[in-house]
Amino acid sequence: MIEVLALAAFLEAAVRLAVPLGLAAMGEAISERAGVLNLGLEGAIISGALAGALAAIATGSAWAGVAAGFAAGALVGGVFALFAVVLNTDQIITGTAVTLGGLGATAVVYQARFGMTGTELSIPVLDVLPIPGLSAIPVVGPAFFAQAPTTYLMYLLAPVLAWLLHRSRAGLELRAVGENPDAATSAGIPVRRTRFVAVTLGSALAGVAGAHLALAHAGTFTVEMSAGRGFIAIAVVVLGRWNPVGVVVASFFFGAANALQFTLQARGWDIAYQLFLALPYVLTLAALAGWIGRARAPAALALPWPRKGA
Amino acid sequence: MTTTSLNRTRGAVTALVALGVTVGLAAASLAFGGFSPVEAFAALVRGAVGRPETFLSITLVRAVPLLLTGLAVALAFRAGIWNIGAEGQLYAGAVAAAAAGLALASLPALILVPTVLLASALAGLAWIAIPAWMKLRLGVGEVITTILMNFVAIELTGWLVQGPLQESRGVYNQTDRLPEAAWLPLLVPDSRLHVGFALAVLLAVAAWVTLRFTRVGFAVRVVGASEGAARSAARLPVGRITAGVFLVSGALAGLAGGVQVSGVTQAVYEGLSPGYGYTAIAVALLAGLHPLGVVVTAILFGALEGGAAAMERSVGVPNAWVSAIEALVILAVLLADRVVREVADD
Repeated sequence: MIEVLALAAFLEAAVRLAVPLGLAAMGEAISERAGVLNLGLEGAIISGALAGALAAIATGSAWAGVAAGFAAGALVGGVFALFAVVLNTDQIITGTAVTLGGLGATAVVYQARFGMTGTELSIPVLDVLPIPGLSAIPVVGPAFFAQAPTTYLMYLLAPVLAWLLHRSRAGLELRAVGENPDAATSAGIPVRRTRFVAVTLGSALAGVAGAHLALAHAGTFTVEMSAGRGFIAIAVVVLGRWNPVGVVVASFFFGAANALQFTLQARGWDIAYQLFLALPYVLTLAALAGWIGRARAPAALALPWPRKGA
Repeated sequence: MTTTSLNRTRGAVTALVALGVTVGLAAASLAFGGFSPVEAFAALVRGAVGRPETFLSITLVRAVPLLLTGLAVALAFRAGIWNIGAEGQLYAGAVAAAAAGLALASLPALILVPTVLLASALAGLAWIAIPAWMKLRLGVGEVITTILMNFVAIELTGWLVQGPLQESRGVYNQTDRLPEAAWLPLLVPDSRLHVGFALAVLLAVAAWVTLRFTRVGFAVRVVGASEGAARSAARLPVGRITAGVFLVSGALAGLAGGVQVSGVTQAVYEGLSPGYGYTAIAVALLAGLHPLGVVVTAILFGALEGGAAAMERSVGVPNAWVSAIEALVILAVLLADRVVREVADD
């Protein structure tokens, strides 16, 4: 019985930890399929978290917080895209700057608004919303179907985005832009506009991931609470093979590795949990190396366009 | 004007325009936050260079890891290698330095200090060897792999300092303190400035001389400018050159970890680096990827980070403001580079 309870708690934590990764990584996957590597994702997540917390406090509604997270993510993505897509600056350097700036600016705004002492914010939270029927399934039911509503948003978005990406005309154009922007231009596809939209929407999803962190996961905002999730999401995209459904599966795997840490600590087992935390990164490296299947990045990923001197 | 001097003028103009834009925006952000920019800047400058001791013990000491990682990033970027993994290589170097210093504690300082530093450089080299191998043998881009290696390094460090390398008392998650024989000697008596600073400056000069005056340096610059041209026109062994720059870059970042442990912290713990490996990108970029420029920008960023602490104490501007300023510096450089290039092309 205790084993079953522990398993249920572990699964619940794994799903809860997977959601921000899955949402952000789906956003990054869209951006990368359009050929843009957005290392500013971390900046979008933390901005979404702060905007979500501030909007929820101001309006008293956690849903307004989610919307604000979306908007903040889109804004940060827009800044990144203005440089990396419109001005064609280097994507890697620009992304690093956006992440640094996001972490710094949110900390400054937070401390200016709430003081240096870091008093715990009390914010309206996204309550757990059990799905009738499904949440009654033993063990897995509560873990997957008694979570914050943003969790179900992730479940819904995965197949929808996969369909859009692979079956719709917009998805075809987006992938063409990411594989061969020159050919896409010849075919009359506006490369810059497509990339700008993909990056901004992808970043907006990362903002929602941040809002989830503040409103559903932690129930508060803390400085640097994104804790590297933007970079982890980039690994999740690789392990998920740049495919929205694969990305969600991969995020469960990363979430599980994280949850194991708490399970092991709760049981007082003196096992090196950091080794479990390192495992997903090692497996992602192995996936890139082609040892577990073949993970192939979009051909034009992170390359400047138009090419220099062209 | 010759092309080189034109390039140099352009680089200097870019850096100055970027600095001007950043200072303007920084002042605006302070005023917007309800702080007096003049007072805040004065506190910052006082905290960084107010007295000779603060300049030596705060600004220059902080500049050392930024200088070494900045050099690692600048060299890699010059050769077209996107090493975003200086942070992980620094951790690998720090752990190796502590392990070597503790294991060989009985050696005299004259042997132990170089051994510790060598161990850290080799560890950084080993840490980048995996992404380098994946790039050159498997064609996997180094941006994502070097980031992944950062996380592996940080988690492994976390495990080591509470597992095999934890201090003998077993209380804190850190290694034992290194024996004094493993400490870097002070460069200036009665300050905290250690000889790691001199070592870092020497390496920057060596990097500049190598890039500027040697065949190897020429080859690196050609490969960085155009891999295709390097292969076809100059018939250079692009793979070997790229591999070499990868390894040197990793070794420099690893050395940053070793120098920091042996010169400042004397132990390894979680969170040893407040993101030196990422700040290094801003340091290298503002320097126009020029090794000697990195010395200047590393000191500038050392002053900024050192002074920010004083500014937080006396004026109340949050410390994190510096990260935002670093971001502005990078974006301003990118923007200024575009503008200066457009103007120069007309």
